[in-house]
Amino acid sequence: MKDGTDPFEDTLRRLREAFHSGCTRPAAFRAEQLQALGRFLQENKQLLHDALAQDLHKSAFDSDISELIICQNEINLALKNLQAWMKDTPASTNLFTKLDSAFVRKEPFGLVLIIAPWNYPINLTLVPLVGALAAGNCVVLKPSEISQGTEKILAEVLPRYLDQSCFAVVLGGPEETGQLLKHKFDYIFFTGSPRVGKIVMTAAAKHLTPVTLELGGKNPCYVDDNCDPQIVANRVAWFRYFNAGQTCVAPDYLLCSPEMQERLLPALQSAITRFYGDDPQSSPNLGRIINQKQFQRLRALLGCGRVAIGGQSDECDRYIAPTVLVDVQEMEPVMQEEIFGPILPIMNVQGMDEAIEFINRREKPLALYAFSNSSQVVNQMLERTSSGSFGGNDGFIYMTLPSLPLGGVGHSGTGRYHGKFTFDTFSHHRACLLCPAGLEELNNIRYPPYSHSMQELVRWALGSHSCTLL
Amino acid sequence: MEHEVQRVRQAFLSGRSRPLRFRLQQLEALRRMVQEREKDILAAIGSDLCKSEFNAYSQEVIAVLGEIDFMLENLPEWITAKPVKKNLLTMLDEAYLQPQPLGVVLIIGAWNYPFVLTIQPLIGAIAAGNAVIIKPSELSENTATILAKLLPQYLDQDLYIVINGGVEETTELLKQRFDHILYTGNTTVGKIVMEAAAKHLTPVTLELGGKSPCYIDKDCDLDIVCRRITWGKYMNCGQTCIAPDYILCEASLQNQIVQKIKETVKEFYGENVKESPDYERIINHRHFKRILSLLEGQKIAFGGETDEATRYIAPTVLTDVDPKTKVMQEEIFGPVLPIVPVKNVDEAINFINEREKPLALYVFSHNHKLIKRMIDETSSGGVTGNDVIMHFMLNSFPFGGVGSSGMGAYHGKHTFDTFSHQRPCLLKSLKREGANKLRYPPNSQSKVYWGKFFLLKRFNKEKLGLLLLTFLGIVAAVLVKAEYY
Repeated sequence: MKDGTDPFEDTLRRLREAFHSGCTRPAAFRAEQLQALGRFLQENKQLLHDALAQDLHKSAFDSDISELIICQNEINLALKNLQAWMKDTPASTNLFTKLDSAFVRKEPFGLVLIIAPWNYPINLTLVPLVGALAAGNCVVLKPSEISQGTEKILAEVLPRYLDQSCFAVVLGGPEETGQLLKHKFDYIFFTGSPRVGKIVMTAAAKHLTPVTLELGGKNPCYVDDNCDPQIVANRVAWFRYFNAGQTCVAPDYLLCSPEMQERLLPALQSAITRFYGDDPQSSPNLGRIINQKQFQRLRALLGCGRVAIGGQSDECDRYIAPTVLVDVQEMEPVMQEEIFGPILPIMNVQGMDEAIEFINRREKPLALYAFSNSSQVVNQMLERTSSGSFGGNDGFIYMTLPSLPLGGVGHSGTGRYHGKFTFDTFSHHRACLLCPAGLEELNNIRYPPYSHSMQELVRWALGSHSCTLL
Repeated sequence: MEHEVQRVRQAFLSGRSRPLRFRLQQLEALRRMVQEREKDILAAIGSDLCKSEFNAYSQEVIAVLGEIDFMLENLPEWITAKPVKKNLLTMLDEAYLQPQPLGVVLIIGAWNYPFVLTIQPLIGAIAAGNAVIIKPSELSENTATILAKLLPQYLDQDLYIVINGGVEETTELLKQRFDHILYTGNTTVGKIVMEAAAKHLTPVTLELGGKSPCYIDKDCDLDIVCRRITWGKYMNCGQTCIAPDYILCEASLQNQIVQKIKETVKEFYGENVKESPDYERIINHRHFKRILSLLEGQKIAFGGETDEATRYIAPTVLTDVDPKTKVMQEEIFGPVLPIVPVKNVDEAINFINEREKPLALYVFSHNHKLIKRMIDETSSGGVTGNDVIMHFMLNSFPFGGVGSSGMGAYHGKHTFDTFSHQRPCLLKSLKREGANKLRYPPNSQSKVYWGKFFLLKRFNKEKLGLLLLTFLGIVAAVLVKAEYY
């Protein structure tokens, strides 16, 4: 870079030329790529497990259910439905276009860029890739440099499976990514923080590139007085401490009454012990913080409020114990930034209305959770707030449903994906109307000159009937 | 400016704009406004673009009325939650997509169809339950003024406001935070809008433009083709984002095309086009001069007459146009139609693909295969085959661009969707905690097996009865528990 040459120029040109050649358009090619992606997952299972263990101390089970199986599902879904998804969608015609053929075509955008994060480095890289390939695009993948183990596999092993004239992996940190973003892409899919999301969107604006931004925020979790504290504690704890809290849709903080807090604390301790044993550091089921920088950041947050559960940390291991903080003030750092770690602060509110007011004062989160035996309470929380997605009485289990898209709103993001939604995200929906070449007499009504009687006729025809005829 | 936007935001936060009844009421009020004040609206549009009442009515007002009626009819259904397909893990839960308003949306209108391009997005924004700030184009002054006057008389004055002004005011406005911005206009300003939006992570819909190509095949009825093209090209004096910008055809067709367009122009606008009540004028002197400069050095086959005082430019056709000349470098947006000769359809397709993706693409041919090929091998916002403009008229179609012609789409339900957040919701109960044992650590091999079983299979109601499934779930939980404890 210092000598002025652009490291990405050649790769991007090559991919663009490939796209123009049309090789990614036929269904057979796309299916082949998807099948190859499936083989990549199957044939390198051990490698992937090892890399995820190295990066995030993920157990094989956790790697399977949160990364590999999800990717496999997406590939299977895409393969099964590819023909149906690619088909032109007929559009309903109106009075003036009854004799025409009207349909919406799904067309690839062209050269798309996927920038992936480090917390679920396989899932959050490959699931968008599945949709991008299924939609017929050429893809540039920029995996996170922070999850080094998986970055290596994605850079060295994955390209061997895919057609390298239409697919490339590029590596680098913030500086290289900045340089990459100066180039023109036809779509950019970014998963990461809101701060970097703004940088990506600003860069995209220079080329009028459409974007999907999967960002984050502080996901509130309201616990009503009317519920079983142990069941709630089980569910909240599992979703909070999975992957050592490094999940964009994890419950970030709890909102409950002081009375509920008294009942929840022992229940949370009980759940943590049940899941991770008396010495969570030796549990194979608890992850580690990705790197020193994040570890130091999280350790500093342990100083907020008062530690009610956990609070231990080990720098050499990048280990932070499953922690619950109480007596937390709204202005403290732990309530100002997305935690992204195994720390759960509890804020006290006197009931649902105060919780809703608290939530609505802040940025719209990626996820919102409400626990209550009363479906009325759950529905109220739903109706009176906004968030990317909503989970009632459980955590992000909705992620297993490909029929529910994942996406944010406001500062938590724009656009959505999973399943068919990914295919649609990476497709341009082109409206096509094919009119009859003849039957010109029918068109005479639209041509000038408009005599007075003609005007009256048109006004009558269009005015007196419902204008939905149009 | 900040104060105004704050006021609108407060109004949205009050929750007033959300109930279905309120939205329908506002839409009905908008309809009344259009019907009761039709004369004022038509007069405003008329004086901005020298447009006859009839043209203003048929080009703008009808579309607005149609859109309102379409919304009124369908909104009750659109705002309901839509259930989604579930899997084994969630079969006993409620899973659906709930549309919700985004908040405060900004609509920046354009001057060429100043009424419909501002009001059509407004209709969808209201229907989706948002508060709206409308910034009409200052170039269509009279329409901007009438909108500022009429909207507060019919709609909620705190939820839907009009802010007028030029570049300075718009720049100030763009510094504020919105929950969605819909902009109609040109590429240059589109980039500015998106950059401003990026500071707040505001999603945008950009309805831009480009040079919409029109390919005429040898195998077609030139009489009909030229009538349709003449209609679409010279309507609104060429100031239409989806007007056929230029023609591509084999050189041998040029003279015939010129002749037939000439005849059609005479038929539509009479011997003296200047005196036709159905022929509009250029919006202002700056654009008038701009279009004039495009004629320099060109072979004018017919037309070319201008009158600066009235901003009149005659319907004009240029032949043997060199692709490197100015008229082929920018969107014309005026009544000048260049014909660029090409050898065949291959050359036409290459020509189109070498350039930015246009908002619309037109192809005329009796040969269906050729039309299909044109569509397959190019990209554009939308396509009309064997006619022009018409794909705009179908509100079941998403209307929008791709590449530098824009991003996002609207019209009909697509406007509602653009201005909504479709929120995925999964509601479980606090019962059946036993089934969750599968996912909680510590893990075992049998858990891995059952985890895979439940995750990899899709729930198919026809194949497994609910009873069998519940049984399976209990068996799985029991087995795991038995093995573990």
